[in-house]
Amino acid sequence: MSAAPQPSSPGPDLGRRRFLNWLLGTSFGALLAAIVYPVARFLSPPEIETSATNEADAGVASDPEFIEKGYRIVRFGSEPVIVVRLSETDFRAFSAVCTHLACIVEYSKSSRQIACNCHNARFNLQGQVVGGPPPRPLAPFGVHLVAQPGSPPHVIVSRA
Amino acid sequence: MPEQVKARRTVVYEWLDERLALSALVEFARHKTVPVHRYAAMYYLGGMTLFFFMVQVLTGILLMIYYRPSAAEAFESVEFIMTSVAFGWLIRSIHSWSANLMIFFATLHLASVYFTKAYRPPREITWITGCLALFIALGFGFSGYLLPWNELAYFATRVGTQIPATIPFVGEWIMRFLRGGERVTSATISRFYGWHVAILPALMTALLGLHLLLVQRLGMSVPPAAEEEARRRRPMRFFPHYALRDLLGWLLALGVLAALAALFPWELGAKADAFAPAPPDIRPEWYFMFMFETLKLVPGGSILALEYEAIPILGFGVGALLLVLVPFLDRGILRRGRSPGFTAAGVVALAYMVVLTCWGYRSLVPLYAVLGGAGLVWLFGFAIERREPGGGN
Repeated sequence: MSAAPQPSSPGPDLGRRRFLNWLLGTSFGALLAAIVYPVARFLSPPEIETSATNEADAGVASDPEFIEKGYRIVRFGSEPVIVVRLSETDFRAFSAVCTHLACIVEYSKSSRQIACNCHNARFNLQGQVVGGPPPRPLAPFGVHLVAQPGSPPHVIVSRA
Repeated sequence: MPEQVKARRTVVYEWLDERLALSALVEFARHKTVPVHRYAAMYYLGGMTLFFFMVQVLTGILLMIYYRPSAAEAFESVEFIMTSVAFGWLIRSIHSWSANLMIFFATLHLASVYFTKAYRPPREITWITGCLALFIALGFGFSGYLLPWNELAYFATRVGTQIPATIPFVGEWIMRFLRGGERVTSATISRFYGWHVAILPALMTALLGLHLLLVQRLGMSVPPAAEEEARRRRPMRFFPHYALRDLLGWLLALGVLAALAALFPWELGAKADAFAPAPPDIRPEWYFMFMFETLKLVPGGSILALEYEAIPILGFGVGALLLVLVPFLDRGILRRGRSPGFTAAGVVALAYMVVLTCWGYRSLVPLYAVLGGAGLVWLFGFAIERREPGGGN
C-alpha cells in the first residue's frame, strides 16, 4: 500500500533530497573546516620555550659607557633591560620596553629621566610615569654590585 | 609588400578573433567614452595609482632576486643591492618612491571619489573594492617598511604590531600572529616578506581585477554637481583620446619618479638593534603619521579594563569600517541628490589627517603650510558641495 502524498508534509523524495542536500552541505562545511583549521593553526606561531634567565652581567661599574651616557641596555635573556648609573655605587634597573607601545627607552643624564622617543613617554628613576601616554610604570629589576678579586666590581641585574 | 603584410595581419587577427572573440572587445573599446566636465581631471587619479602599482610589481620582482628575508641577512642584502648590484640603488629607490606615490594617488583618488559622491548606486562594489585595495596598499607599505631591517623600520614595526595588542580579548593573539612570536624578530621578517610578496599581491590582483572590470562595465561616474555640464558637452572617446592622455600622464609620472629616485635616493639608515633605544627621529611612513601623532596625544590610564590608547585605535578601525560602508549610509544623495553632512564629515576627517600629518613633520613643515593645507582641503570639499543641485548656491 502506497501512502498518498500529504500536501502539508514533503513527500519521501523531497525528504531524501533535503537529507542529501544537508549531507552534501555539511560535508562541504567539514571539508572547508578540515582545510581552514590546519592553515589557521599553521599561521599561529608556535610557543617557543626560552630558558629562564635569573641574572645578567651588565659589565663593570666603571665602564666608559656608564660614565659617559649614564646608562646601558643589557640583554636579560631575550628582554632588554636599562641599567642607569646614578653614582659609583647607585645603579637602577628597569625593563627597557616602554609600557605604552613597546619601544626601547633611553636615559637622559641632563633631565635625570628615562624617556621613550616613540611617543614622548617620560619615567622617573623609580620607573613611574611622569609624562606622556604610558599606562603603567616600567617593570623594576634588581641590581647589585659584585666585587671580583683582581677586577673592578661588576653590575649584576636580577629579577626584582 | 605592404599589401602582403596587411593580409598576413588580417589572417593572424582572424585566427585570434575566432579563439578569443576579440571583435567584441574591439567593438566595446570603439564605443567607450568618458564624460567631459570641469571635474573630469579626477578621472586620471585611478589610472595614475594603477601605474605606480605596476611599477611596484616590476621593481619588486627585481628586488626579490637579491633580497634575503632574515634578521641576519636582510639589512646586508639591501646594502648589497644599493652598493654592489648595477642600478640596484635606482631600482630600490624607485620601489620606495613609487610606493609612496601610489598611496598618495590612491588617497587622492579616494578623496575625489568620496567628494564627488561617485559611490552612488550602482557603484557600491566599485567603492568597496577600491577601499579594500587602499587598505591592502597600506598593508604593503607597513610590511615593506620592515624588510630593510633598519632602525626606523624596526621600531615602527614594534609600535605598529603592538597597537593591536591593546584591543581587548583578541589583541594579544593578533600581535603574536603578526610578529610570528612575542617579539619582532627574524620570524617577523619572514612573515612580513610572505605577506608582502605573495599574500597581499594575490589579494590586490583579485581586488584590482574586480575594481577595473566594474569601472569598465559601469563607466565613469558624473558628479551630481556636473551632470548638467556633462549632458551639454560631447563625451571624449576612450580610444584614442582618453587613453593617450592617460599614457602621457604615466610618462610624466615616470619622469618624476626617475628624477626623485635619482636626486633623492632612498636612505637605508643603520641596522636594527633590538637592544638599542629608539632613535630620536623615530617616525612611521607619512601615511601612518596622523595615527602615530594621535597616539602621542592620548594620556595613560584605563577605563573599564580598556586602556586609553585602545580608544583611538578602535576609533580608527570603526572609521575605516564606516568608510567602506559609506554607499549604504549616505541616503541623502539618493533622496535629495546631495549630502552635505557626508561632505562635512569627509572634510573634517581629511583636515584632521592633514593637520596631524603636518604636525608630525613640524620640524620640516612650517605652521603656515599646515594651516594652508587644511584650508585647501576645506575649500576642496565645500566647492564641490556648493555646486551640487539644490545646494542653495
